[in-house]
This record gives sequence, structure tokens and C-alpha cells, in this order.
Amino acid sequence: MAIEPEARRRAHEWMREVYGSAPEREALFETISGEPVKPLYTLDDRADADPERDLGYPGSYPFTRGVYPSMYRGRLWTMRQFAGFGTAEETNERFRYLLGHGQTGLSTAFDMPTLMGFDSDHGRSLGEVGVEGVAIDTLDDMETLFAGIPLDEVTVSMTINAPAAILLAFYVVAAENKGIGPERLGGTIQTDILKEYIAQKEWCFPIEPALRLVEDMIEWCSVEMPRWHPISISGYHIREAGSTAQQELAFTLKDGFTYVESAIERGLDVDDFAPRLSFFFNAHIDFFEEIAKYRAARRIWAREMRETYGAKREESWRMRFHTQTAGVSLTAQQPLVNIVRTTIEALAGVLGGTQSLHTNSYDEALALPTEEAVRIALRTQQVIAHESGVTNTIDPLGGAYFIETLTDEMERSAHEYFARIDELGGMVEAIKQNFPQREIADASFSYQQEVDSGQRIVVGVNDYVNEGEEEIPTLKIDRELERKQAGRLQATRADRDASEVERTLGELRAAAASQANLMPLFIECARARTSEGEMVAALQEVFGRYTETPVF
Amino acid sequence: MPSTETSQRKIRIVVAKPGLDGHDRGAKIIARALRDAGMEVIYTGLHQTPEQIAETVIQEDADAVGLSILSGAHMTLVPRVVALLKEQGADDVIVTVGGTIPADDISELKKLGIAEVFTPGAPTDEIVDFVRGAVR
Repeated sequence: MAIEPEARRRAHEWMREVYGSAPEREALFETISGEPVKPLYTLDDRADADPERDLGYPGSYPFTRGVYPSMYRGRLWTMRQFAGFGTAEETNERFRYLLGHGQTGLSTAFDMPTLMGFDSDHGRSLGEVGVEGVAIDTLDDMETLFAGIPLDEVTVSMTINAPAAILLAFYVVAAENKGIGPERLGGTIQTDILKEYIAQKEWCFPIEPALRLVEDMIEWCSVEMPRWHPISISGYHIREAGSTAQQELAFTLKDGFTYVESAIERGLDVDDFAPRLSFFFNAHIDFFEEIAKYRAARRIWAREMRETYGAKREESWRMRFHTQTAGVSLTAQQPLVNIVRTTIEALAGVLGGTQSLHTNSYDEALALPTEEAVRIALRTQQVIAHESGVTNTIDPLGGAYFIETLTDEMERSAHEYFARIDELGGMVEAIKQNFPQREIADASFSYQQEVDSGQRIVVGVNDYVNEGEEEIPTLKIDRELERKQAGRLQATRADRDASEVERTLGELRAAAASQANLMPLFIECARARTSEGEMVAALQEVFGRYTETPVF
Repeated sequence: MPSTETSQRKIRIVVAKPGLDGHDRGAKIIARALRDAGMEVIYTGLHQTPEQIAETVIQEDADAVGLSILSGAHMTLVPRVVALLKEQGADDVIVTVGGTIPADDISELKKLGIAEVFTPGAPTDEIVDFVRGAVR
């Protein structure tokens, strides 16, 4: 966009003469990620802009303004609240409650032992069974979890990574036993193992065999489960670990490109699997920076998929993503104030064009949410969708000097990180060298220092503090559930054909040592009601385990 | 000027992540703040059993141990660490807990002998000051 020298001169003059003599508060004029923000953005900042090239139109390359032509005028985002606790029975009840209240998709939270590949009766599981999510050990649990739920009608999201292939096998067999083939199942399983090594730290195996499992799933799903997203490449946990918005963006996209590259290396056609890749971002409290992050993410993905990876289908360029508000921004102090934070964050996700959204509950810095807290979180989305008016037009902030400048800066800093990671030999090497881990730890520490020194104000924490705060009721998980779940598992063990378990585990071990795709073997194991922990242990005999050298 | 051994010896503190949760942002920030404050910090890394933590505390001859738990398993894991330290004659070690801990559980934990519980939002200098005061 060519701009007149006269307009440019006036902008400079305003900055120097008018703003220069105006008062300015003593404050940190930076984004939460530490990026300086100017007092005013003008045409002058957009001198090199080319809206046709960089923005395009909603639903068309490079998708900066949105992945679908009509966006929320066509269909609102999916309000998808994450849920899970206790045994499969308790969570099944919660699922039916949510579906009964108009939720259209389900999102499953698993407990720590399930995420880490331990059965509920394993010593390492003590005190953790059913606490942070639902405990799933065998096919029997998966069948109970989805009892009475039409799996060909709802979409189901499962947040699990290291043992994702095993849980997917349970799901496929559970559906099969209801007469629903895998080709009719719609939903997403997280599977993004790279961000586990970077940030969330739930792993079962070393990086290379873990990547192979991811690619086994991507390959198998591209043939057998055309409606399924076999991976949700996630920045959420990177951000929660304390990264900046720029790091979240760059590391997530680089993880995505790494999966694309290894699928291509395996001989898959990029257009056969890329349309099924999905993403998951954080919505933090710095409103404009977040919106710019989503817009930049779509543009970078589209450009790289087309230009670098040679994808030809539009579907392969289109980045669809889920958003969750930032748990890390919530405070234990004055918890009701968290409703306000979550509202701002959710609005950023919506203005950034998200496809689905989870809003956190105000009590989550204290415990798992109560039913009341979850309801308010869901109502927050409904107010944004139906009352605020922001869904009337697409990408309402598009073209704003500030937003477009931030979007460009986001894209630039992502490319700077891509280059640094490439210099280290790619993402897997960078993780082994602790590069992203160290960048995140540094960012997280310097943010905390700014809060501790009072340079950054967190309401209720380091300013506007209430003395003698009242306590709010929190959810208690019944400790009996741990014993109940161990009992369920033992009942399954007593009831199954032990020789079938041995046979399927033996075949799994042998296949793990070969190049074979392991998905069909997990399905065989699932049918024999082999437990998750048994499968993970068998694989660990072949693959080994992962040990982190922590940096702080 | 007193020159006893305690005033010269650096405070040795183990920062530990018991259980299976991988939330290590807080633990790493605290570890770094304590180190910057001049303490000897031993960070165990993730996914530690109570037995591993007690062993580290004893092997490292630590004055204090900070347990960081965000998984909700604190009422199972913390009492085990406390019991193991007691069994092994290390009950003079100051034990603190940090994480998402509901108020009811805080009083329970203090009854067990936990010196302090820090919830989200606790400033690092408050934690540093607490450890200094408690160890002396």
C-alpha cells in the first residue's frame, strides 16, 4: 500500500510534537510477552503492507481473516468444555448432563495415571486415580465412559498424548461393539508428543519411538478414520509452562512442521493427511497480542504448507484450532475476578477466529471446578456469542493499524525461532538440547520477577489485595473412587482370557521391534481387554523410557 | 560477629515434584529464585516417588524440601514424604508445599507438620524469606 509522503510526515509530526509533550504514566508499556507497544499506530506503520497478499478474504489463502468464508455468521464456534473425573461411570454421567444442556461436543480429561501409561492399581498411581480426570484402564472402562452416547452423532475430543494410540484403539473397539465403524467417528485426539517433552512433561517413551507412534496413527487414520483428527498440535501447554505468545506460536508451528516432515518421509502424500491436522492454542490475558497470534498462525501455516511442503489442496492450508483460556492467568486470590479474566481471554479467542473454545472456571487455581463454576464458564461463551454483537462481522479488527502490525511482528518472530531451531538441527534435536525448555523457563522467570517487583500488576495478587478473604466452596473428589477403579480393573483381569492377553502383547512387542504400523496391534490388544498399563510396559521393553535433564 | 557453622553454611534445599503431574513452571521459578537468593538448590526433576524424594533429602543433607504438586494428589503424597522423613530420622527438615491446594487441605497439611503452604500467586521473595527464617 503506497502511502502519501504527506500523511507520513503528519504522523511523525504528531508523534514528535503532540505526543512528545503529553504526559505519560510511569508504567510498563509492553505486551505480557515483553514486546514494546507504541503509543499510536498509524498508516506509517503499514507502509509495506499488501492486504491482498497478506490478508486476503475469509476462507481463502492465506486465511489471515479466518478459515471459513462466513465464519460465525455461518456457524458459531463449538462450545466444548473439558470434563472428566472419577471412574468412567461418574464421567459418563457428567457427559450426559452436558449433552442434555445443549453441548454439542464432548471433551475428555484423563487422570494422571492414564496420561502416563500406568494402570489404576500400579504403585505410581496412588493418590492420583480419577483426581485430575477420568481413569481408563481397559476397553471395559471406555465402553462405560460412552455408554448411551451416540458416537456417530457427537464429536469426541480426547486429551491424551504418549499413550494416545492405545486410547484411540479402545475408542475404536468400543464404537465397533456398538456397531459403528471407525469411518463414522468424528473427533480429535491430542497425540502431540513433542510439546510433552517441551512443556507438559507427560511421556512414556523416548522421543523417536514416540514420534513413530504419532505417525502410525496419522497414517492409519488417514485411511480408516476420514472424519477423525489424529492430532491436535498444541501451544496451550507451552504457554501454561510460562512461554511468551511468540514462543507458543513458533514452537507449536515448528512441532506441526516436524510431524508433516516425518509423515512425508514415511511416504505419505501431504494432501492425504494435512487436512486432518488440527491445532490448539492458549488465550492469555493480553488481548491484542493474542488476536494477532491466531491471525499470524493461520497465515504462517498456509504459506508454509503451500510453499515449503507443496500441499495443493486448500484443505491442507487451512489451520483449524481449538482455544482454551489461560489457566495460568487465574489467581487463587479473589477467585471471582477470574470470571473477568476468562471473559477477556475468551473474547480474544473469538475475535481471533477460533473453531472451538473452552472457558476455564473461576475456581481452577484452587481445585477442579464445581458444577456452578463450570456453568458460569459456559455462560460466558454464550454471552459473547449471543449478546456482545462480535459475531456479526468477520475478523472485526482486520485492517487496524495495531493489529496488523502485531500480526506481522508475530509472523516475523516465529520465523526467527524457526531459523534458530533449524540451526540446532530441527525440533527433535532442539528439544534434546533443551532449547525450547530453556527459552520458556527464562521467559517464565523474568515475567515472575516483573510481578514480584510490582512492575506488572496482577489484581488481587500484588495490588488491590483483599485482607481476610472469604473461602469459596471447591469440588472434592471422593477417595473411595480409587479403590472402586482398582476393583473394576481387577474384575476385568479376572474375567478375560489370559492367553489372549499374552498372545496380543507378544505380537505387539514383536511388531514394536519391526517397522510395522502398530495401530492394528493396539486394536487386537484392546479386543482382548489387555490394559493400557500392560501395553505401555510391553512397549517400554522395546522402546525404553525417557528421562529428562531438567533446566531451571 | 557470630561465626557458627549454620550462619556460614549455605541453606540446602530440595525442590521436588512428587507424583505424576508435569506442571513444573512453579517449581522451576522457585528453584531459580532460591538459587539466586544464595541457597544450594537441588531440583529433583519430575515424577518422583515419595521414597525418591526422602532419599534425595537425606543424601543431600538438605535443610528443607519444597514439594510442588498441582495434581490434587497432595493429601496422599505429602503425608508419605513426611512419614518417610520421620522414619529415617530426618524430621528436623523443613517441609513446605506449593500448588493448587484448597483451604481445608492447608490446615490438614499444617497439622501434619508442614511448615507452610504456598498457593498460586505467592511471591517468590515471600517464599525465600520464609525458608530463610524457618531454617535458621
